[in-house]
Amino acid sequence: MRIQLNVWRQAGPTVAGQFETYSLDDVSQDMSFLEMFDLLNETLIKEGKEPVEFDHDCREGICGSCNMMINGQAHGPRARTATCQLHMREFKNGDTIDVEPWRADAFPVIRDLVVDRSALDRIIEAGGYVSINTGSAPDANTIPVEKDKAEAAFDFAACIGCGACVAACPNASASLFVGAKVAHLALLPQGEPERKRRVLHMVGQMEKEGFGDCSNHGECEAVCPKGISIAGIALMRREYMKALIG
Amino acid sequence: MTLDAKIPAGPLESKWNQYLKNIKLVSPNNKRKYTVIVVGTGLAGASAAATLAELGYNVKALCIQDSSRRAHSIAAQGGINAAKNYPGDGDSVWRLFYDTIKGGDYRSREANVYRLAQISNAIIDQCVAQGVPFAREYGGLLSNRSFGGAQVSRTFYARGQTGQQLLLGAYSALSRQVEAGTVMMLPRQEMLDLVVVDGRARGIITRNLVTGKLERHHGDAVLLCTGGYGNVYYLSTNAKNSNVTAAWRCYKRGALFANPCFTQIHPTCIPVSGDYQSKLTLMSESLRNDGRVWVPKNVGDKRAPLQIPEEDRDYYLEKKYPSFGNLVPRDVASRNAKQVCDEGRGVGTTQLSVYLDFRDAIKRLGRDTIAARYGNLFEMYERITDENPYDVPMRIYPAVHYTMGGLWVDYNLMTTVPGLFALGECNFSDHGANRLGASALMQGLADGYFIIPYTLGQYLAGTAAGGSTSDAAFAEAESSSTETIDRLFSGRKKRTVLEFHRDLGRIVWDNVGMSRTREGLTRAVDEIAALRASFWDDVTLPGRQDSLNKNLEFAGRVADFMELGELMARDALQREESCGGHFREEYQTPEGEALRNDDDFAYAAAWQHQAGGPALLHKENLAFENVSLSQRSYK
Repeated sequence: MRIQLNVWRQAGPTVAGQFETYSLDDVSQDMSFLEMFDLLNETLIKEGKEPVEFDHDCREGICGSCNMMINGQAHGPRARTATCQLHMREFKNGDTIDVEPWRADAFPVIRDLVVDRSALDRIIEAGGYVSINTGSAPDANTIPVEKDKAEAAFDFAACIGCGACVAACPNASASLFVGAKVAHLALLPQGEPERKRRVLHMVGQMEKEGFGDCSNHGECEAVCPKGISIAGIALMRREYMKALIG
Repeated sequence: MTLDAKIPAGPLESKWNQYLKNIKLVSPNNKRKYTVIVVGTGLAGASAAATLAELGYNVKALCIQDSSRRAHSIAAQGGINAAKNYPGDGDSVWRLFYDTIKGGDYRSREANVYRLAQISNAIIDQCVAQGVPFAREYGGLLSNRSFGGAQVSRTFYARGQTGQQLLLGAYSALSRQVEAGTVMMLPRQEMLDLVVVDGRARGIITRNLVTGKLERHHGDAVLLCTGGYGNVYYLSTNAKNSNVTAAWRCYKRGALFANPCFTQIHPTCIPVSGDYQSKLTLMSESLRNDGRVWVPKNVGDKRAPLQIPEEDRDYYLEKKYPSFGNLVPRDVASRNAKQVCDEGRGVGTTQLSVYLDFRDAIKRLGRDTIAARYGNLFEMYERITDENPYDVPMRIYPAVHYTMGGLWVDYNLMTTVPGLFALGECNFSDHGANRLGASALMQGLADGYFIIPYTLGQYLAGTAAGGSTSDAAFAEAESSSTETIDRLFSGRKKRTVLEFHRDLGRIVWDNVGMSRTREGLTRAVDEIAALRASFWDDVTLPGRQDSLNKNLEFAGRVADFMELGELMARDALQREESCGGHFREEYQTPEGEALRNDDDFAYAAAWQHQAGGPALLHKENLAFENVSLSQRSYK
């Protein structure tokens, strides 16, 4: 296949970026999107040009490193799919594809498509955990958990922290990310003792980092590679209200 | 050099408790005076960093990813073993120990493996208390499954994402300590060298992957938790950034590297589809519980799988191993797949794959049951191959998955460099020549949560805290790293790093892969040496040192893989026997199974780097006082 790419190039956080156009003649439809970028970079290097920098690691949709805005959609056209698991068979011969980094005030561009997502780590550090020191846990089966609740908690715990929800949100809100962690722990008995403190601190940190508010757009759920439900956001809000007034 | 594993005296069952009784402790107000550097934040690194910080040590943790949550432990699918015996099916610490030592084909240390089995239960308790959402029964208690051919159900799991959930648990514990100010977390940092002062590990040199600046970090101990070296093969199931560099640079500073040729080839991966392929994707071997492996009986049978009638199919595992069938251990399943493909009976366009067929399971259990068990795996397969495994059989082929070899450590997890410890996959200690399924997560967390917190104290109690990065050894290590980087930029710009890596991978895969011969290994040593010379002469490196430059990162890693590949071949060459994942064609039983030689090779091969000459082999003899060595048989 022949593919034309408009790729965002930016040398550093403080310099202006711009789109550059490249065309590739020999793209196989069985390539993953990132393998197509490998091909592009090999071509650029051989031409003596600088390759496009992008984050990637596991290439099996679980580490959350890859983050490309593809034709205006976070992770591209296929539902519940991270960029690394998107294949070129989703595109047609002759297609032009725009590729940009995640765009949000809280995710400054480092170089090309690489952005700084450490704000998400700082939100977890603010309270996304159960405070239990190593070695102090009781036998695992002393805390029974209803199967349905465990399953629901898992659905939220599946978040890979890629930040697509932020990139897709018109307000650049991290509500789905925060909601997922709050919901995961609020649904389990282990999360109970720190329940109020957790939601207050995490939401507070989200605001501090410059993420926007949620206005129920739902785009975050649509692009989430793990299909995390916006029910997590509703649950986070209930938890927040309860923590404030309870 | 004599290798002293420092195994505590006494009966196997009480060695660890006896050890704990006698260890030296660091007093609470002294702990904060010690700085511990933790390199890597996978299961081993994150659990170690969090626990040591909880104890009061001053911890500096570094990782190459943009967040500590992304280490490759996250991709582990299947589960984690523990000897809880919740199902009451006869499991025990002893049985978990025995299965692990036997599964490793008797090339691991009894004392280490027994301790691992003892600790396994506490890991599950810890993870559950953190909120890890393990699978549960309707009664609310934890669910177990049998995994990788084990005859008891001892595997705890969280759908097909157990590694992710365990890592996020450790990451949350780590995050709590970052918030508390006890851990300084430095992401996007790559360790380039170990700093040794007066014979002790006292720090590391890193490259800040954003600014390109080299940094000096001082510590009273260094914990290496940097994973395995499977990417030496170019294609593997490892993440693209997984590498041997940190471990290799420690090797060059005096840490011994043990059993580098012990690598695990996992039988159920999605096959290679073309030259552009950048990595291989594993599918949990739980698929072999219901899928049947077969190839056409006749060479040259090009019919589509559904057109091949029953009588023309060869269910070769079921035929050859009637009692274990499709559930034979990983090394046996992989080798047999290679064998039928070598015979010309492989399927798919490349003829380098075999079928894994769910037709009969769907007929027996119904499509819904199969979907409930493997739905996410089937979806992943379809996403990659564009084929629907409910209708046509999957195609699978073995791929490099895990490396049992690694830095040699004693019972304290300390390498031959005092103060340098190695945890998790980057050490060699627990899996011998073959790792059993669901044991990697167990080992990483055992090392980090429950072993190093004690053994490190034992070391630090006898070591004065202090020192600084102004020591001459830091300057020397830093300038050595700078030289390597400058040299990488000075190639004649003929070929890319990726091209060299792919060539290296081909040599290592063909000769130090599933099946090895004296001739092939000898050839590999020469070919790798030639490739390495051409790499330094001709490599093209774009961009600059003083900015984010992933090609520079890759170049440094490939340079180290070039040296490791040669050592793997040398190690495989000296081990004139077959055991576990190391199959030497010259040493097999009449039935074609691995033939061990316990009289001459019941040792760990630990290699010492020698500047300007071939590595020097040291042997740690493995004493088996509690198990009797038997030929593995899965017939």
